[in-house]
Amino acid sequence: MPSKLLEINGISKSFPGVKALKDVSIDLSSGEILGLCGENGAGKSTLMKLITGIYKADEGGVILFDGQRIDVNGPREAQHLGISIIHQEFNLVPDLTVAQNIYLGREPRKFRNLLLDDGALYSQAKELLGRLEIQIDPRRYVRDLSVARQQMVEIAKAMSFDSRILVMDEPTAALTDSEVETLFTLVRNFVTDQTGVIYISHRMDEIKELTDRVSVLRDGEYVGTVDTESTPIREVIAMMVGREITSSVRPKKQEENGRAVLEVQELSTHTFLKDVSFDLREGEILGFAGLMGAGRTEVARALVGVDHKSAGVIKIHGEEVSISNPADAVAAGVGYLSEDRKRYGLLLDQDVSANLALSSLGKFSNAIGFINARATMKAAERQVASLRIKTPSIRQTVQNLSGGNQQKVVIGKWLTRDCDVLIFDEPTRGIDVGAKEEIYDLLEKLTAAGKSIILISSELPEILRLSNRIAVMCEGRVTSILTADEATPEVVMHFATLRQPEGPGGVAEPDLIDSEKARKLNRNTEEDGGER
Amino acid sequence: MTVPTTETEKPTTETEKPTGRVLAPRIKARLQQFLAFGGLIVIFIIFTIASPDFLTFSNLTSLLFSTVVIGTLAIGVTFVIITAGIDLSLGTGMSLCAVMAGVFIVNWHLPLAVGVLLAVLFGGLIGFINGFNVAFLKIPPFIATLAMMLVCGGLALVISQSTPIYFDKIPGFSTISTGNLIPGVKFPNAVFILAVVAIIAAVILNKTVLGRYTYSIGSNEEATVLSGINVRKWLVVIYTFAGLFTGLAGVMISARLGSAQPALGSGYELQAIAAVVIGGTSLFGGKGTIVGTVIGALVMSSLTNGLQVVSVPQEWQNVILGIVILAAVYTDNIRMREAKT
Repeated sequence: MPSKLLEINGISKSFPGVKALKDVSIDLSSGEILGLCGENGAGKSTLMKLITGIYKADEGGVILFDGQRIDVNGPREAQHLGISIIHQEFNLVPDLTVAQNIYLGREPRKFRNLLLDDGALYSQAKELLGRLEIQIDPRRYVRDLSVARQQMVEIAKAMSFDSRILVMDEPTAALTDSEVETLFTLVRNFVTDQTGVIYISHRMDEIKELTDRVSVLRDGEYVGTVDTESTPIREVIAMMVGREITSSVRPKKQEENGRAVLEVQELSTHTFLKDVSFDLREGEILGFAGLMGAGRTEVARALVGVDHKSAGVIKIHGEEVSISNPADAVAAGVGYLSEDRKRYGLLLDQDVSANLALSSLGKFSNAIGFINARATMKAAERQVASLRIKTPSIRQTVQNLSGGNQQKVVIGKWLTRDCDVLIFDEPTRGIDVGAKEEIYDLLEKLTAAGKSIILISSELPEILRLSNRIAVMCEGRVTSILTADEATPEVVMHFATLRQPEGPGGVAEPDLIDSEKARKLNRNTEEDGGER
Repeated sequence: MTVPTTETEKPTTETEKPTGRVLAPRIKARLQQFLAFGGLIVIFIIFTIASPDFLTFSNLTSLLFSTVVIGTLAIGVTFVIITAGIDLSLGTGMSLCAVMAGVFIVNWHLPLAVGVLLAVLFGGLIGFINGFNVAFLKIPPFIATLAMMLVCGGLALVISQSTPIYFDKIPGFSTISTGNLIPGVKFPNAVFILAVVAIIAAVILNKTVLGRYTYSIGSNEEATVLSGINVRKWLVVIYTFAGLFTGLAGVMISARLGSAQPALGSGYELQAIAAVVIGGTSLFGGKGTIVGTVIGALVMSSLTNGLQVVSVPQEWQNVILGIVILAAVYTDNIRMREAKT
């Protein structure tokens, strides 16, 4: 039995009005990688912020490090103790170089510590990156790096402390498969009989691959710890959500007779899209599949007038419309739900009712602009009830809701506006398993009520499960529109790698359907527009 | 708005640009400085053609004189602006420091060097209070320094009883600005002081921890906190440091005038901030250089000077300055947008 590196006993944490953690106890052994799972809002990140001194725990609990009771005041002290963390959010300084970021707060100095020693800084960084086999020039500015590379810098930074415990909070959210592999190698190399890793992730396959044990939290409470090897993923998920989830495969019906609500003919943009044509029928979900950078988000952006189109006709209910900005799109009944809902979809510090009414204020106000508060409340109550948004009241500030419920608020906003066409861009990104199912149900209910949906997703299973038809894109073109019956992962893959459209010039052979690409399609998250 | 409207992000299909082009972005990052410098040359050419009186030694000397005050204030506030802050108390703060120099030297009969030092430190005190209010009381910089602007403006009048304090009995004082350090060369000391101050500031910004954290806080404050840096403490240090420049400007302007004018300073804060922005420092923080600020200060003062030389009425001078500032910031915006794509 290896000794306990870290023991957390009976830790609680309250925020005003919320008890984020209730009497949680977990432990980490030396030489171990411990997975930490739980739905959004389960308290994983809060727990890690307690360990790393960003928050202070309530009275009562103890944290033991190597058997010694510790009291962490602030991130610097945690670093000194040998605990470092890679945060879920982006935590680099874009206007500094890679090396400057890695050693921020610990800069090498010269001349009696008066001046910075950049020579030493860069040689140290170069040595570190070389040791970790991360190929990034330490002199580059972080703002010029892709999200994935920035993530690697964060990892290098965390590794540069001579840490005993490394906490990783969803480190792979922006990484591609090969980068994930690199990361896993780094993590495995980090672990010795003196060190340990706490690995937080939503991705069950990663938990399965990397960890030795998994601890599960639910609603701020400790549920249990299981051995990774001997426990099926299904069981872990059941522990997380408190019930077992059976993903229902819905019978895919094809709306042969559905009227076309939206017709897009030869839509092109100056920079990227080429002759994108498709139609969207009433009550249908049209999925958009493709590899990263295939142009799916760009179609949505051109459609709602964020990007200017260079050619193409857009018809709604058979009539040509001119959409040159998002306001035109909304007026035409097209609502776009961005993949980055916190940035583009919500007023986070406003309440639920304000968010629900935002796009429809014309409807709720009189000629000189006074808002009819009662009408907005009523409409908000209606949406909260029909979408089953879990919120104490319509007065609740949106940032206090969970990811799934925030997504519902965005949906509710467009429903309040009576949009017929809804474009969902990665609607389940960053949403936990249980809430995903609810979003799926909701999409199906919406189509049953006559709404038409364009679904953009990097998760192929999601597309295959929900879509009536699937438009597959490659390099800015739609290479095929498949019916649900035709669409299998292999066929979608074939068209997602079809570099030239099939035409009179002859059929271009697609790349071989290799498993590497198929996996990328499944879980590539560094998707178009996902760059910050 | 649910839909992104301002950003024009493009998919980055290549995760990494070739490293051979590292130099290009560096030049790009300095583009605003080149533009400002080009603008400065254009201003010089236009005024030289417009009036024979512009490119004369005596006019250039007086042009540099006015650069000194704006430049000193601007160098200080560059630090604050790089942290994504702002300081509106520069102008009246400068007046107050000038008045305090009068109090120390004329009223209290302190030795000249001591009085000057105390006046400069008094500027640091103003900066310290600003920094404390911003960092610890969490008052937004705009409000904290707006309040300080009123306080300083009022105190300058109260302490001086609304009358200028004359230094005519202190012979050494005015040489601080107007004396000639190098005998025979009729170049005022103030210009040398500005040059030395600019070099010191540039070294501190680029080569010391204070400078590094200045950029870091402005670029991503949260990340800086999480890196274990005491951001609140450093903000106070940065504001205090910037305040020293306000004090120095107060000493230099009163030395040049031979008197401490309690109502002189207001308006200088905007000229200084404009100089910083023209020099390519981003009001959103994280970016900026001392060289840029000095060029910006030269642009501001040569425009003002040139417009006076060609006898443009004061009212129209203001209009033209305003338009120049708009144009400068607009070109910066275009640059930022291009950098994004």
